[in-house]
Amino acid sequence: MTEVTLSKVVKKYGALQAVHGIDLDIKDGEFVVLVGPSGCGKSTTLRMIAGLEDISGGEVAIGGRVVNDLPPRERNISMVFQNYALYPHMTVRENLGFSLKIAKRPEQEIVKAVDEAAGILGLDELMDRKPAALSGGQRQRVAMGRAIVRHPDVFLFDEPLSNLDAKLRTQMRVEIKKLHQKVESTIIYVTHDQVEAMTLADRIVLMRDGHIVQVGTPLELFNKPVDTFVATFIGSPPMNLVDGVVQGDSIVLNGSVSVPLPVSAGKLTNGQAVKFGFRADNLMPIGHAVEEEGAAHEVDLSVTLTEPLGTETLLYTNMAGVEVQAKMFNPRPVAPGEQLHFRLTLDKCHVFDAKSGQAVRG
Amino acid sequence: MTRRRLPEWFVLLLPAIIVIAAVVLIPLLFSLYSSFTPYKLTRPSTLWKWVGTYNYEKILSDAKFWAAFGRTVLFLTIVLNLELLFGLGIALMMNKVTWGQRTLRTILMFPMMFSPILVGFQFKFIFNDNIGLVNNVLQSMGFNVALPWLVDAKLAMFSIMFAEIWMSTSVFAILILAGLFAMPRDPLEAAKVDGCTPWQSFRHITLPFLMPFIYIAMTIRSLDVARAYDIVQIMTGGGPARRTELLWTLMSRTGYVDARMGLANAMGYVSILLSILFTIYFFRKLSAARAELGMAG
Repeated sequence: MTEVTLSKVVKKYGALQAVHGIDLDIKDGEFVVLVGPSGCGKSTTLRMIAGLEDISGGEVAIGGRVVNDLPPRERNISMVFQNYALYPHMTVRENLGFSLKIAKRPEQEIVKAVDEAAGILGLDELMDRKPAALSGGQRQRVAMGRAIVRHPDVFLFDEPLSNLDAKLRTQMRVEIKKLHQKVESTIIYVTHDQVEAMTLADRIVLMRDGHIVQVGTPLELFNKPVDTFVATFIGSPPMNLVDGVVQGDSIVLNGSVSVPLPVSAGKLTNGQAVKFGFRADNLMPIGHAVEEEGAAHEVDLSVTLTEPLGTETLLYTNMAGVEVQAKMFNPRPVAPGEQLHFRLTLDKCHVFDAKSGQAVRG
Repeated sequence: MTRRRLPEWFVLLLPAIIVIAAVVLIPLLFSLYSSFTPYKLTRPSTLWKWVGTYNYEKILSDAKFWAAFGRTVLFLTIVLNLELLFGLGIALMMNKVTWGQRTLRTILMFPMMFSPILVGFQFKFIFNDNIGLVNNVLQSMGFNVALPWLVDAKLAMFSIMFAEIWMSTSVFAILILAGLFAMPRDPLEAAKVDGCTPWQSFRHITLPFLMPFIYIAMTIRSLDVARAYDIVQIMTGGGPARRTELLWTLMSRTGYVDARMGLANAMGYVSILLSILFTIYFFRKLSAARAELGMAG
């Protein structure tokens, strides 16, 4: 059983505080992704778990054992680095077996573990090459292989895919997910890419400025963002946000367009300044929408720009003076300036308090 | 009548050819030729007397030459290895310094800024058996001795090596430090996570990475030390009684004091072999170390 527990973990660099006392419980075998914009403290947090950074305050426990003062080698973790961090003077085989050799395991056991890891990751052909003779994707696989030979309690991934090109990144994403299904170890994975977070995670931890903003499954974060930051960070394209004021049962957007209050919205006072949020998937031209049922608000908008993506087209339009994005399924060509009749699915709209940015939900 | 013209490429290269011939080729050929004559500076006419390989045969059977040769190899081996050890140590410590490192780096280079002649004089004073610093310190500490630092064969070699190492350890330190700066941090962190102790990280990750830098320093210094002359000449003059005679002090004595330039040139050609062998050896090592890191090609 290898759960990882962070309680009130703080990281300070002199006067600068990078991580502000975060609490997090990671269950055994769980795939947790730390995600956030650069400088949010996600990598620092991971490096504290690894033991590569001192912990300024709070406690990190791996498998129930507080590891604050243990060096990395006594934590039984493996780490995959963004720059692969392979040993340049060793062959793939030596790279894979290095940790076991250092641990003075018997030769036979090393050979077996290395061959097994090579088999899982398809490295058999490359065993006698040096890292310099490998492509980016192959290096990344060796780095992962080096992590799995030791059968660690916890795998740590520090932005492992950000140096790969887009196509390879998608491939490796799938391989990492498969790897997790095979080894069933706890994985903590850091990325700044919300797509990686969404696709890989059992649970996402979204961080900003050294704080945890929201923890939850990918769909929880997507469907119920706690504030405007989560709403715009998770999901592509980001959620549309339009300023508005509550007036009775509706919201007046930028003093011009009036939209009924979504049923999901919680307690709002008359005259409260809010941000009205909806995703492109919830604003679709009638006749080209995915769902045509439920409470909806219909509105005419003129299209300024289109981005055809094949099965759908992204439409840029203007609502109450703010540029918003809409989606069109089964698309037909749309000329800029053309006016379409849109349907806004009210059930899936969000209302945030304008001042705090917090979601107001019933 | 058409005059035959020299080809264009030759004309264009001519200035370079003339300069190289004047400063390198002709002196080289001249000294090679003179090593086959009994050329004496005091009797120029001896230059025209061909004696074949007489000088070389004489050298090969000359115990004094071989003693100097062996001493030079020993000097080279001890000095290079100690400089490597000290240089590596200094570089590793400097790499840990976070405040004032630039100043330290500058201070580190001070010994290299002095003329070797002056370094020689300074250490000649330090190791002087009457008024020298070392003996004075020893005596004021209560040891009633006056060690003959520059007279005893072993002590004199030690003193010269001390001066040489004092002057040039920073060459190793600076080149190795450059290597440490160029070293990626990630593999070291990976090694930590992989279970390495600090010593294992150094042994398996840092040192292999530094080897090319070490061999570059070795190549440079081996050429430097193999022509050691100035410090030795000032401190002991190769003596007393040839106890600290190295190849170059022997050669200069033969050539300029005894005026037997033909013989001295022959010695020069034999000892150049030594330098060439060391250079080839370290270059091989360097290429191997680079190939090891995947830097070759």
